Amino acid sequence: MAINCTVNKKKVSLDIDPNTPLLWALRDHLSLLGTKYGCGIAQCGACTVWVNGEPMRSCVLPISAVSNAQITTIEGLDPAGKHPVQVAWDELDVPQCGYCQAGQIMTAAGLLKNNPHPTDQEIVDGMSGNICRCGTYHRIQEAVKLASKKIKK
Amino acid sequence: MKTSRRDFIQKASLFTGVFTLGFDWFSADASAMEVVASTGRFNAFLSIDNLGKIILYSPNPEIGQGIKTAFPVVVAEELDVDWAQVQVEQANLDTKQFERQLTGGSGALKHSWDRLRKAGATVRKMMMQAAADQWKVDIAKTKTSKGFVLGPAGQKASYGSLAEAASKLPVPSEVTYKDRKDYKIIGTRVKGVDNKNVVTGKPLFGIDIRKPGMVFAQIVRPPFGATLKSFSADDVKKMPGIIDVVSFKNKVAIVGSTTYAILQARASLRCDYSSDAPLESTETHQKWFDEGMKSDKAQVMRKDGDFSAAIAKAVKVVEATYECPFISHSPMEPMNFFADVQKDSVLLAGPTQVPQPAQKAVSDLLKIPVEKIQLEISKMGGGFGRRLNNDFVLEAAELSSIIKKPVLVMWTREDDMTGGIYRPAARYHFKAGLDASGEIIAFYLRGVGINAGNSTRQDNFPVGAIENVLIESFDQKSAVTTGPWRAPITNFLGFAEQAFLDEVAELAGKDPIQMRLALLEKVKTKPVGKITYEPDRFEEVIKQVAEKAQWKKKPGVHQGFSVYYSHLSYVAQIAEVKVENGKPKVTKVTAVTDCGEVVNLSGAENQVKGAIIDGMGHAMFAKLSFQAGVASPNNFNTYRLIRGNEIPVIDAHFVNNGIAPTGLGEPALPPTGGSIANAIYAATKKRQYKQPFS
Repeated sequence: MAINCTVNKKKVSLDIDPNTPLLWALRDHLSLLGTKYGCGIAQCGACTVWVNGEPMRSCVLPISAVSNAQITTIEGLDPAGKHPVQVAWDELDVPQCGYCQAGQIMTAAGLLKNNPHPTDQEIVDGMSGNICRCGTYHRIQEAVKLASKKIKK
Repeated sequence: MKTSRRDFIQKASLFTGVFTLGFDWFSADASAMEVVASTGRFNAFLSIDNLGKIILYSPNPEIGQGIKTAFPVVVAEELDVDWAQVQVEQANLDTKQFERQLTGGSGALKHSWDRLRKAGATVRKMMMQAAADQWKVDIAKTKTSKGFVLGPAGQKASYGSLAEAASKLPVPSEVTYKDRKDYKIIGTRVKGVDNKNVVTGKPLFGIDIRKPGMVFAQIVRPPFGATLKSFSADDVKKMPGIIDVVSFKNKVAIVGSTTYAILQARASLRCDYSSDAPLESTETHQKWFDEGMKSDKAQVMRKDGDFSAAIAKAVKVVEATYECPFISHSPMEPMNFFADVQKDSVLLAGPTQVPQPAQKAVSDLLKIPVEKIQLEISKMGGGFGRRLNNDFVLEAAELSSIIKKPVLVMWTREDDMTGGIYRPAARYHFKAGLDASGEIIAFYLRGVGINAGNSTRQDNFPVGAIENVLIESFDQKSAVTTGPWRAPITNFLGFAEQAFLDEVAELAGKDPIQMRLALLEKVKTKPVGKITYEPDRFEEVIKQVAEKAQWKKKPGVHQGFSVYYSHLSYVAQIAEVKVENGKPKVTKVTAVTDCGEVVNLSGAENQVKGAIIDGMGHAMFAKLSFQAGVASPNNFNTYRLIRGNEIPVIDAHFVNNGIAPTGLGEPALPPTGGSIANAIYAATKKRQYKQPFS
């Protein structure tokens, strides 16, 4: 039976194996390639998307669990790139290779949605589930702070 | 290297209105440049159309080192245009237009600095000449600013309006470069040209490649040293979404319409392996280290004076052994590649650091001429040296040729961590002898590597300052595949050397920084043998880092020092450690880097900080072991990478002395393990001899 859900404000129907992880449904069936595969076991955070507004690891989340859910991917955060987190990421020139950054940004934007003005420690803790092999951690943390300031305005 | 080639070939095409200028990267003297007007984009380096649209083609693969931004910065500077006017595009593999179209060795800017400047400055001069002709004034009376030529009577013409006229002019044989005090872009903070695409999730990477008719595949690889005896594919072939199961070169490929279908099929695939000899384990490797250390077959890499005689006379002797395991590169984007092999042509696409060798290897494999093999370069989700080895390109090409379909071969994280190409495991033994005054009179190093080639860097400082030196290397062959890993060899040797020198200084009763400065003074006044580094540049980074980190002037802070020269750049570091709950915690690393001219300050800081975090994470955590030819662990739950809550403050400074720029992707990594280990020692009196640190 098809799974119905909303992805980036569009209604979609997925008539595929209900055990398919959301990551592969997004990438292989919906051609949304911004969400990345990194480990497949919820360790690195590259695949982070929002499910009903909460950051989740899409690589271990079967689509059967997202029936009727609202899903937001990096493509849907703000296609124009004007979300404060995206703007801050560009302003501080965070990316090196860029591969993990969709997951970092979805985690950061999720963090700020729940806590628009986190302390430094809350930023460090909130972002430490996401691995960046290039080591852009300093700028990730600074960019979350900058985005928080932008939200304040 | 070609040097006799004529300076320029020029063609004009009035109807296209596109003026493109490229240059030959192979040329040793950077003089072989081409002006080719055409509608095609890949035979050219810089294009300006009548509307003033400026496109700079960046030929080298972007791996996160920032080359796609740094190269065009140099061209735009000498062209004298606003950075905002410029559009940057990744050039695909084009061996006619470009040389050294690769990512590795931190060598791109060093190689291309003059070529890039010339490319920009030449077009700038042609624009000035075109304007001078139009205004009937002497070219000396014209100048440029932000993409315009300005005349003596207030005339102003945009490059776009001059492009066609300029394209018909003879190409100047000589150009002058800007004085660096006039730089407007070089040395500033320039944001990555791909940032916007990254933050909006555009498909940029190899894993994102989609082509008409394409299928997916994953490949099951044998343990190292094993042969595939048989496999059971009948049930797997019947599974939903599975297109084919085929075998080649001891591997089994599962071809399917979706990734998830293949992942499920893999769980049902059974492969049987056999081997003639016992498969390797970590115990095997340990035994090899022991044997290699005793072997009389080590190769002498450098010999100055008489080490044996000198060590016999030494008043004090210190020796130490250091060891590192195989480690995985683990870029965030696992290996993958696209191949579409047709009867007499091939399309390859994906992330490789070395596209030209990939093309050549596929040509050799499939017996299809290189001219018929097209390679599209994608952005790479990291590489750290892993993508210097084109095994994954060959697999994709071979599989496509077998199944006769366009295919994207994807490696899972487990494949990526267990499928080969590791930083070679190595063991080092150092020995130094001091005279009564604490001077080093004898210095010995033997490196034993496993598939490491020369595991030493025999000309490294302090060699050159010591009368009696013996450096030996022993390489043990193994079935475990190895290759360059960010800062090859020195990524661990740097730690070992710098940790050992700290022990030497302690034994000699000298301050580690003063000891290095005294040794460098010797190199200047009484050099021994071949010297491959510049002592003055070494001294400068050392003095600056001591000042900036307030060496030994911060009560309660335990500091460790290191300095290293690699890839033609110099990096000095001081790490700081505090003891919290009885455990050492790295709180800060101050680094001073001499990489010559800093082209992009933002990118340069990113590289230094990233390399220090990389060096620290792997020094402290990374470890693989082998059992029956299989590596473990195989994913990030047990293979620990450094995270954002484990990083120290990093204070990155640059000497920025205006010398032609040298490498920056790697040089800040090798000194990191040493500065941290020495700081940990200062805090705990416990030396580190192994990676990962204990």
